[in-house]
Amino acid sequence: MPNKLMNEDDVVAQLSDGMTIGIGGWGSRRKPMSLVRAILRSDLKDLTIVSYGGPDVGLLAKSGKVRKLAYGFVSLDSIPLEPHFRQARQAGGIEVLELDEGAFQLALLAAAHRVPFYPCRAGLGSDMLVNNPELRTITSPYDDGETLVAIPAMNLDVALIHMNRADAAGNGQFLGPDIYFDDLFAMAAEKCFMSCEKVIPTADFLNEGSVHTIKIPRIFVNGVVEAPRGAHFTECPPDYNRDEAFQAEYAATAKDPEAWEAFKTRYLDAPSHEAYLAEVDAR
Amino acid sequence: MSAAEATLDEIIVIALAEAFRGDGEILCNPIGTVPMCAGRLARSTFEPDMVYTDGIAALSAETLPVGVPGAEAIPETYMPYRSLFDVVWSGRRHVVMGASQMDMYGNQNFAAIGDDYSKPKAQLLGMRGAPGNLINNKTSYWIPNHSARVFVPKVDVVSGPGYDRMRELGPVASRFHNIVRVVTKLAALDFETDDNRMRLRSVHPGVTVDEVVENTGFELVIPDDVPESRLPTDEELAVLRNEIDPNDARKAEFR
Repeated sequence: MPNKLMNEDDVVAQLSDGMTIGIGGWGSRRKPMSLVRAILRSDLKDLTIVSYGGPDVGLLAKSGKVRKLAYGFVSLDSIPLEPHFRQARQAGGIEVLELDEGAFQLALLAAAHRVPFYPCRAGLGSDMLVNNPELRTITSPYDDGETLVAIPAMNLDVALIHMNRADAAGNGQFLGPDIYFDDLFAMAAEKCFMSCEKVIPTADFLNEGSVHTIKIPRIFVNGVVEAPRGAHFTECPPDYNRDEAFQAEYAATAKDPEAWEAFKTRYLDAPSHEAYLAEVDAR
Repeated sequence: MSAAEATLDEIIVIALAEAFRGDGEILCNPIGTVPMCAGRLARSTFEPDMVYTDGIAALSAETLPVGVPGAEAIPETYMPYRSLFDVVWSGRRHVVMGASQMDMYGNQNFAAIGDDYSKPKAQLLGMRGAPGNLINNKTSYWIPNHSARVFVPKVDVVSGPGYDRMRELGPVASRFHNIVRVVTKLAALDFETDDNRMRLRSVHPGVTVDEVVENTGFELVIPDDVPESRLPTDEELAVLRNEIDPNDARKAEFR
């Protein structure tokens, strides 16, 4: 089997300006934060970010990396509204594609299946269609003749996901309650880079969880990054819970430019994931 | 414990629980503390066949108390978000959401405030699941703040479509659309009128019809006789206070 081990900077070296990047997880849950911070440290710009959004979206928008956002919501869970994302939206200048969160799944599924769209009812009658005029409806070719929304495929250049365990070949395992849509992100992308809490031998997967939890097949994965606590400060059960105190500190910086600068200098500018964790632990 | 001593929060929980009456074996999916009390109360009393999420990724066989972290669920089905979306599409679900704005046909906005969508005055939740919820399954709303700033002639963004939008789409598209109830701190409202305009269904004890009218930014349908929202039964009150919300989490929204 191939060996796809690399580090965060190797991943960023494969990204370029203007790319469409999907980020797995859900809200403030199991986000590939060490990869997100590596993007923040880079010169990358004009990105289109596709996400069930949490602090990944807030940080990238706040840091001026984003030209366009596609999301169903952006939330920190315990803090319902993501303050940095709100600021970016209220300042204007970021293009958005805002979908119903179920329709968003169909957009990923269409990309994964290489079809141009999947139909659904969600969006009819709401301003989802008004505010996103690129969305079209379609008439059923069967006798019912029903009008449905054609949710366009969300084709990704790159997907970034974080798993609890992975092997060096790129098979990934989630051990928490929900994989969310990470497998679809991987399949919807030209390339997928997967960070994980721990790289283990393939033969050890079943010591960690049932066969149902080995959900990411290596045929969809191009690189594996071992990043213990790589989802910090978002949750990554059963390995760890959300760091609520840290998240609150992050959220509070939205109101205070000096606090944001201090936060950025101390944590986001840390040159590696290890250096970041050292700062987190020194608090 | 007697129903005569029921407090406003408890009467409101009952008004919202009544939205689930007749639902049978579907997924009861209220969001927020007061709606969760209402859904669990309905399930514990008059709608025992409903299924209910544990808030993470399973349906729990037992009615869990709200505001008790770490309460152990007995899972009866695995229900990650992907399966939850499938249930939305299937229609076998009754959701309770909130709203920052609502108009007379029940158009709901919790996405953003302001006229310019590219630069909202206040970015809120975004669309979340509202477009899909409204057009696929039953929806009710808990909107505590009953004021003319919330109940407005026109919402800034339609996240959850109301009855006028559905009428424009025609009978096929609107066949699963059903806004069952809107409950506020003043009243219970519904859309059981000829043209599906919002109707005052009941006022909570101590609230006058005039008070509701003054705090609503559009013309409500007011029946000749507006009843008072009913009181909980002794059994309902005991279940709510002792089993569903022993720590009074529901009262936080009333302080």
